[in-house]
Amino acid sequence: MDIVVCVKRVPLTQEVDLEIDPQKKEVRKDMLAYSINEWDNYAIEEAVLLKEKFGGDVTAVTVGVEDDEEVLRRCLAMGADRAIRVEPGDLSLDPFVISRILAEVIKGVKHDLVLTGVQADDVNDGAVGTMLAEHLGLNHAAVVTRVEPEGNEATIHIELEGGTDEVSKIKFPALLSIQTGINEPRYVSIMGIRKAAKKELKVVKVEELGLSEDDLTPWVSVDEVFLPPETEGAEIIEGDPGTVAEEILRIIKEKGVST
Amino acid sequence: MGEIFVVVEHRDGELREITQQMLWKANELCQSLSNTLTAVIIGGKDEPFIQELTERADRVIVVEDERLKDFNGDYYKEILYRLIQERHPLLTMIGHTPWGMDFGPPLSIKTGFPIATDCVDILVEDGRLKAVRQIYTGKLFSKVSFKESDGYLITVRSGAFPPDKAGEHKGEVIKQEMPADLPEVGKEFIAFEEAAAGEVDITQADLLVSIGRGIGEEDNVAIAKELADMMGGVLSCSRPVVDKNWLPKYHQVGTSGKSVKPKVYLALGISGAFQHVAGISGAGTIIAVNKDKKAPIFRVADYGVVDDLFKIVDALKERLAA
Ligand SMILES: Cc1cc2nc3c(=O)[nH]c(=O)nc-3n(C[C@H](O)[C@H](O)[C@H](O)COP(=O)(O)OP(=O)(O)OC[C@H]3O[C@@H](n4cnc5c(N)ncnc54)[C@H](O)[C@@H]3O)c2cc1C
Repeated sequence: MDIVVCVKRVPLTQEVDLEIDPQKKEVRKDMLAYSINEWDNYAIEEAVLLKEKFGGDVTAVTVGVEDDEEVLRRCLAMGADRAIRVEPGDLSLDPFVISRILAEVIKGVKHDLVLTGVQADDVNDGAVGTMLAEHLGLNHAAVVTRVEPEGNEATIHIELEGGTDEVSKIKFPALLSIQTGINEPRYVSIMGIRKAAKKELKVVKVEELGLSEDDLTPWVSVDEVFLPPETEGAEIIEGDPGTVAEEILRIIKEKGVST
Repeated sequence: MGEIFVVVEHRDGELREITQQMLWKANELCQSLSNTLTAVIIGGKDEPFIQELTERADRVIVVEDERLKDFNGDYYKEILYRLIQERHPLLTMIGHTPWGMDFGPPLSIKTGFPIATDCVDILVEDGRLKAVRQIYTGKLFSKVSFKESDGYLITVRSGAFPPDKAGEHKGEVIKQEMPADLPEVGKEFIAFEEAAAGEVDITQADLLVSIGRGIGEEDNVAIAKELADMMGGVLSCSRPVVDKNWLPKYHQVGTSGKSVKPKVYLALGISGAFQHVAGISGAGTIIAVNKDKKAPIFRVADYGVVDDLFKIVDALKERLAA
């Protein structure tokens, strides 16, 4: 089973005071640390698990700058056979453009299955995966928590709300957007990344893909990003931990819970 | 005068809440844009909520067939594509739910209409539609605009709008057969599977001590469990804690876990993603402890503590033991 996995490198923004850049279109990213998008980490692990069980090749693809190769090396260390980075230059990217680029690349790679994360932790669109399926004319499912291949199809679990799963059958070739918790992503060591340096990492310039100007024009663009209004929000309990603890216990009692 | 489509989300003969919320916003937009509201039902024969929807929309288009009884995104995409070709709605609203995520973006590609996903508001500025989204798990908002198009698609976040109340509409019902020439679908529904009940029922607790990724490592879960026991509360958690197998699924609060309604919800190291906070809208009082003063959880909490959760947990235990 040949599998293509689409991955993205995202900034880590928990515990960070985000600053908005002067154009008000984005946050300032120069001070942020980066990592593989959490959902994609599960997707690449799932691809490697399927390869270990059923054979075949795993190709990891990203659309991004040179620094983003870090996540591709990680995928190679986890067990991907090759990686492709598409250099977008200074293109504006939205889910349409990204999915259009990915589709063009993936057309040239043999695949029974294409995996993406459900969403990326930065823009939270949740759109690239299923758009890509439509460009490629693949069967697809979103928010997948189990994949059990059998011949040229798979039984899958799709996560709905409130702990309900939808069990379905899907025919290959197919695209699945993978949900967190589907597996336990393996640990990646520095040694592992070093060893994987020998594997193929191809860089393709977006101009080489032969896409038209329409294909590379975003459908949705950001007017402005802004901080949430300051007015709403919690009453902050100040003080040292002892004082805070007493106040918490007082509130709990006041609300009618006996501790 | 154009139309606004609301794609009705329903399961097992019942409307999903997101449908009422979309109708609320769609009714508001119709007033400011002088559009008319069309609810689109794709479902089995004689779904029981058709009548109800006639009170909330100017018309209800019903595409019914036994093959449409269970959700199938491929059928939704094909049928909506044809309805859009036929009626040219200015805007089509879809829930940002697992089902909406399945067919919304592909429908955008198929129609060529741009889509904005997971939107918390829809605005009209200088006669043009704009959408407001949240990025970085709710730490920032982003206002987006669309390329010029004959129509637009928006998927709406659950809980972004209040539910619509029974209205004065007397919508006409337009029944349509399922088109005969639909392509074969590649996915086949087998069954729904409900999560098994657990040892504890977090939905019944008066006090929940709830941990998030901030708990750091598996061994620390015991520290929080001890606190919950000392307080006479029950331990619950956010999704990453379950994803890592640190706690069983029945502890999870949120859209894909449980909705809870304790008198007090004590959130330790939880950032406050919408999928999490959707599960605590029924909580009486929310107290959040988080190192990050900009964590979105502080926007929904009643009380906040900006500190290391372990310091607070230790101090609570000391006071309780005294
Ligand atoms: C389809 C779908 C369904 C989902 N369903 C759910 C669901 O049902 N429930 C759910 O919870 N999530 C759900 N999610 C995931 C959700 O989007 C978030 O990823 C998740 O809620 C984040 O969990 P968290 O807040 O624990 O972790 P993070 O977002 O990583 O936040 C951790 C927080 O801990 C703080 N912190 C770290 N260390 C400390 C410390 N020592 N002391 C104090 N604070 C600390 C940090 O500042 C941060 O704010 C779903 C996602 C999708 C796409």
